[in-house]
Amino acid sequence: MAAASSLRATPLNSVHRALGAKMVDFGGWDMPVQYSGIIEEHNAVRSAVGIFDVSHMGEIEIRGPQAADLTDFVTTNAVRKLKLGQIHYSGLLYDHGGFVDDILVHKVADDHYFLCVNASNQEKDFEHIVAQNRFEAEVVFASDRYAQIAIQGPRAKDTVQKLTPVDLSAIKYYWFADGEACGIPARIAHTGYTGEDGFELYVAPEEAERVWKEIMEAGAEFGIKPAGLGARNTLRLEAKMALYGHEIDASISPLEADLGWIVKLDKGDFVGRDALVKQKEAGLKRRLAGFEMRARGIGRDGYEVHCEGAPAGWVTSGSPSPTLGKNIGLCYLPVEHAQPGKSIQVVIRNQPVDAVTVETPFYKRAK
Amino acid sequence: MVPEKLRYTKDHEWIRIEGDLGVVGITEHAQSELGDIVFVELPKVGAKLDQSASFGSVESVKAVSDIYSPVGGEVVEINTALSDAPEKVNEEPYGGGWIMKLRLSDPQQVEKLMTASEYDDYVGAES
Repeated sequence: MAAASSLRATPLNSVHRALGAKMVDFGGWDMPVQYSGIIEEHNAVRSAVGIFDVSHMGEIEIRGPQAADLTDFVTTNAVRKLKLGQIHYSGLLYDHGGFVDDILVHKVADDHYFLCVNASNQEKDFEHIVAQNRFEAEVVFASDRYAQIAIQGPRAKDTVQKLTPVDLSAIKYYWFADGEACGIPARIAHTGYTGEDGFELYVAPEEAERVWKEIMEAGAEFGIKPAGLGARNTLRLEAKMALYGHEIDASISPLEADLGWIVKLDKGDFVGRDALVKQKEAGLKRRLAGFEMRARGIGRDGYEVHCEGAPAGWVTSGSPSPTLGKNIGLCYLPVEHAQPGKSIQVVIRNQPVDAVTVETPFYKRAK
Repeated sequence: MVPEKLRYTKDHEWIRIEGDLGVVGITEHAQSELGDIVFVELPKVGAKLDQSASFGSVESVKAVSDIYSPVGGEVVEINTALSDAPEKVNEEPYGGGWIMKLRLSDPQQVEKLMTASEYDDYVGAES
């Protein structure tokens, strides 16, 4: 069965189909949601190692003498503080302070920044950055040049180390190295979206299939499993990592999303700064909070949340947590209810069901 | 191929007739679409159900789905084992993963449900 022609496919599409993956339309991409089962894949990542095709993610390069100026101006985090080979999480905002996207910024050189952006936002991000470009900088849409494969879990390093001469122990968390893996040029980033240790490899799309197979072989002794978007979602939720279209979107600011740590108001002007300053001065009205269900049920995306019997917010993501054995979720609440330990009700199929706000992240790996 | 002797609904439930009783569950296709099942909401014994009435739900990691009674009748038994082991619906959808037993109010209704080969065609056309 071939992908519907309206959907975009990654270079690994036929690999997923050969593995018998269940494929879904994910923001216009034909992607594997699961192979053997979400819980099994989730547990493989927490206890051993999993491999994810994340080639749908977009890549944008900002180059030129004023690359740093443009990158700093369109993002919330302090680009000037990045060292060569370092990565940070950041936000691309509209003037009104809402998210265009959440991104990773890699400093490749003083005049070269590499942005990893969300699949369904990549064209919008590119246009947004181009529209803000009043610097001597070039914005390059580079998604077609990269396949991206994530290897995540406590045995991820052991797996990838078998395939590269680069000393992975020397790459700190949220740093990267440009080197070789599987005998071809690869950008090896110590990043991930699972709350587990792991690496993300950026390689040429035409090599993706071979690289995937070599990783599978290298990881066999550790019990590597291919993992789909279903497990990726439960893993990132446990680690309280935001998903665009759920925790964040154009109507949500990073302050509301509990992402104040990626906003550097003192770094100088950037798109969205004035709106965030005003929001901070006026005081936040709502904030993202974690919750656990107290009674039977799973609060899922879009469900209404009640505080003291009245509608007060909504669930952004909710799922059983395979690691914790509880039903967890994230929701927006009025700030006065957003602290841990507050009783709330999630309206599940017209029934208010008891839940309680909790500390996040839900899961933190042992160092 | 799905089991021959069962009858099927468009909502992917099956029913197996045993005298004036019917055993109801969800199909292999349904469990596969849902993925890992974490909870089955069971009806109450004694509940009277109309044909196509929602009598519970099956919840997986990624979704929750209503389940509908293939025929009208009274619930005479429920599979309480599913409370502790909802994954049985994934593992044995036509066996240990059965959900409820009904006393049929109108056995004629069974005749209107899909046969195995009709259901096979239906699932084939849908996917």
